[in-house]
Amino acid sequence: MTLLDERKTAEEEAVSPKLERRARRRESWRGFFHAAPAYVYLTFFFVLPLLIIFVFSFASRSNTGKPLLENWNLDSWTRLVDPLVRTIAVRSLTMAIANTVLCLIIAYPFAYWIATRAKQRTRTLLLIAVLIPFWSNFLVRTYAWRMLLDSDGYITQFGELTGLWGRMLFTQPAVFIGLVYGYLPFMVLPLYAALERMDWGLVEAGRDLYASGSKAFRKITLPLSKPGIIAGSILVFIPSLGAYVTPDILGGAKTNLLGNLIVTQFQAARNWPFGSALSGAILIVMLVATMIYFRTGGRTI
Amino acid sequence: MKRIRLTREDRVKGETTMKRIFALLAVMALMVAACGTDATPETTEATGGTETTAATETTEAPAEGIQAAANACAEGATDGTLNLYNWTDYIPTGPLAEDFEVDDLLLKFEEEHGETVTLTFFNSNEDMLAQIDAGASYDVVVPSDYMVVTMIDADLLVELNRAAIPNLDANIAPLFSDPGYDPGNRFSAPYQWGTTGIGFSYEAIDDTEGVSWGVLFDPEMAAPNAGFISLLDDTRETLGSALKYLGYSLNTLNTDEVDEAADLIASTNEWIAAFNSSSYWTLLSSGEFNVSQGWNGDFLAEYDRISEYDDEGNLTYDAYEDFGYAIPIEGSAAWVDTMAIPTTAEHPCTAQTFINFMLEAENGATLTNFNYYASPNEAAEEFIYEDILEWEAVYPPPETMAILEFFLDLGDMNNYYADAFTRAKG
Amino acid sequence: MTTLHQGAATRPRLDRSLTIWGWLVFAFLYLPILIVVVFSFSGSESVGRWGGFSLRWYEQMFANEQLMNALENSIVVALISTAVATVLGTAAALSLDRYRRWIGRGAFDGLLYLPVIIPDVTMAVMLLLWFTSTDVVELGRGSITLAHIAFNISFVAIVVRARLAHMDPLMEDAAADLYANRWQAFRRVTLPLIMPGVLGGALLALTLSLDDVVITSFVQGPGSTTLPVYVFGLIRRTVTPVINAVSTLMIAVSMVLVLASLTFQNRTGRRTESKERNQ
Repeated sequence: MTLLDERKTAEEEAVSPKLERRARRRESWRGFFHAAPAYVYLTFFFVLPLLIIFVFSFASRSNTGKPLLENWNLDSWTRLVDPLVRTIAVRSLTMAIANTVLCLIIAYPFAYWIATRAKQRTRTLLLIAVLIPFWSNFLVRTYAWRMLLDSDGYITQFGELTGLWGRMLFTQPAVFIGLVYGYLPFMVLPLYAALERMDWGLVEAGRDLYASGSKAFRKITLPLSKPGIIAGSILVFIPSLGAYVTPDILGGAKTNLLGNLIVTQFQAARNWPFGSALSGAILIVMLVATMIYFRTGGRTI
Repeated sequence: MKRIRLTREDRVKGETTMKRIFALLAVMALMVAACGTDATPETTEATGGTETTAATETTEAPAEGIQAAANACAEGATDGTLNLYNWTDYIPTGPLAEDFEVDDLLLKFEEEHGETVTLTFFNSNEDMLAQIDAGASYDVVVPSDYMVVTMIDADLLVELNRAAIPNLDANIAPLFSDPGYDPGNRFSAPYQWGTTGIGFSYEAIDDTEGVSWGVLFDPEMAAPNAGFISLLDDTRETLGSALKYLGYSLNTLNTDEVDEAADLIASTNEWIAAFNSSSYWTLLSSGEFNVSQGWNGDFLAEYDRISEYDDEGNLTYDAYEDFGYAIPIEGSAAWVDTMAIPTTAEHPCTAQTFINFMLEAENGATLTNFNYYASPNEAAEEFIYEDILEWEAVYPPPETMAILEFFLDLGDMNNYYADAFTRAKG
Repeated sequence: MTTLHQGAATRPRLDRSLTIWGWLVFAFLYLPILIVVVFSFSGSESVGRWGGFSLRWYEQMFANEQLMNALENSIVVALISTAVATVLGTAAALSLDRYRRWIGRGAFDGLLYLPVIIPDVTMAVMLLLWFTSTDVVELGRGSITLAHIAFNISFVAIVVRARLAHMDPLMEDAAADLYANRWQAFRRVTLPLIMPGVLGGALLALTLSLDDVVITSFVQGPGSTTLPVYVFGLIRRTVTPVINAVSTLMIAVSMVLVLASLTFQNRTGRRTESKERNQ
């Protein structure tokens, strides 16, 4: 891109200032034009709905849950520091972090394998193979896991035979199995992309300089694959934070997570303003986190 | 070289811009087409016109408009397809009706009145309320008794036009013709009624006599079945059973009592496997649960389903030897589900005709023969299977009726209960 | 793009471990799928016990009108939302990558990320509130499609941008030098080069749309139930193997689609690859 910039500035210098200004304006207009449809669409179907949520978070609660657009207050927002909310938030956070770490540990060697050991042609096929399970239905997959993990399930039977584990359904491990299963591809793909793009010649150079295998990995490969690690972590962490269907089905709906809490506010708990405040708060936190990430020099995915 | 490039660009600029604009317009047209044609479900035939006009009407003066329309309906009149919002599998249709060998009621309605029925499911009153409150349009919904009160208060229901629903006065049993939750059945028509209790495997509990809520709430009584127990995932039901166990009314307005119940539920975390309102009966019959809080009809229908018959129709496996249902000695809830017309409805005439249809003796009986809940329809008793009528689990004897409580609306305490349940689970 | 060749040759143990790990992960990924596919052909009703080969679930599936309706809804919504989102997302990616200075660019950049970081539930709820407050469109297939487009634009844009970053912009310049106008340059040069990215984004969008449960269940309307939502309701009573038949069918169709797009890509890819190499 820098070469092009250089050429452009060279251009601009050679041409008269009026044409230069016109070119720049046209440039600017073209850029806007390309973005316009998406811009308009997202404004209508994202920004405005988001504003509604924010407005609702200051409204008061009616008997049916729907917000009364009067008596504006900060009740919903002050409720965010309730001990219950804090417990649930911490729980969700821990689960999301654990899930991300697990996915990373499982996905890294796997992505490494595909990027380095597989032949060029097979790589794409392998990646597609990773995605194929996702074209079935998310719920069917989750219920299939429920079946595998219940008292008669194959995994339970295997565990009982080898004496390693008993029925895992409706316990925390089952929830993690379901979550990792659901988000693994989001970690694999960015990791693969980063590893594949890497200049492996650098690793060879390191080996030439008598670095051991693990040292070369630690000092060269790992740091170079960092963008992939970070991208994958974001793609897994964020949805994990709001996940609640998998914990419900595989965990027995026994623990409330942020996702449950929000949905409940709009249904059983009949408290839309609070649900809106919760959603808004989570969004703000995520926004801030993402901005910090970008400010500290993170690259786009 | 650069100069030539600029002037060429100037000339073709207009052309390319036009091309691009057309491309974008094509895409947007595609989008609009998708929206337009798909707002009407394709099961409808010639109701396209009605749909679009109704849509614009409902934005103006919803309540008055729809109420006037409902009042103007004649008996048996229809004004478009019926959008039915019902509990999962609460009405026999499709393969389910075949399984249980009863009439497909939706098909029957279509044959008799010429309008198709689109069925959407919900799993809890609050889910349904949230959708209706948000403006989702359905013609008939099936709220439970206490929810009817909430919806009436929130002006979400249309008052029924008696002239269009003669069966409402003619067929309903006296017990249900002037209920506390909707005096005179002005806004709702009784659909089915049932009880909440404990379904269990005989391996876990010996007998249907003398069962206590303690098997769910008391650490000692629950211990033998720990990890195989389930509670309903329902604010009123779950809190209600805890309240009954503690000796309180399940309609109590006393915050201390509610808190106590919530704490009790929270303490069960050690031994319960799951909160489940939607598949507990299959999990019970498959052995994942041994003891479940649930509704009588769900259990009984499941036991019947897993019983096996040979080719001549003789019983080869009787599930009732392995499973049972009991109403705990501390008392429990009896509830009534009703049919009502929300103000977001677009086809009030069809809706009222449907309600009248469901209140016919034969159809009411089909419901009971299908879902094993008791019918509030007196005239239907003629067509209900003998063994169901005599079944204590479906039609409880007077001494059991005495310990059953119907849910009442809690007014301002509704939110308190809701929050308490969130605390209890969380 | 060099691959680790020399290094790999001298580390057989690492090779083996990696391969074993790879196969283990694939086993993990496919275990439930295998169950689903295998038992879709089982005659017995209880899943978990093989009941002889039988196609009865497939028969039941095609006979179940509600199910077929839901499947159709899913496919239609997925195809339309993917098509629109791909176009809008690609244009958005181009606008950010190719043009560095225009009004509102920074805000747009940020805006594109929001649908990715927002929790499912929040988006579901706010769209429900939006659709019912504004009567833009009735709750139904249209509202679901609009919702899916909303979150898919961002995903497509991200994927395409990643691909664009690799593309040498001098190619477009070269085309312009050869008297191609902007549209020609785009169609003949840029588009084929970013096609893997566009297809990748489209594939991602398709997957996300077909799989969506939460958002769809909130903004659906009567009769517009999509497959995931229908399955949610259906799968709760008996774990009926008909669902397995449906899933198997969906996987099979997706595989065919992907293989088709791959072969199509391979042909164009090979042509552009050789073009790149000859530069």
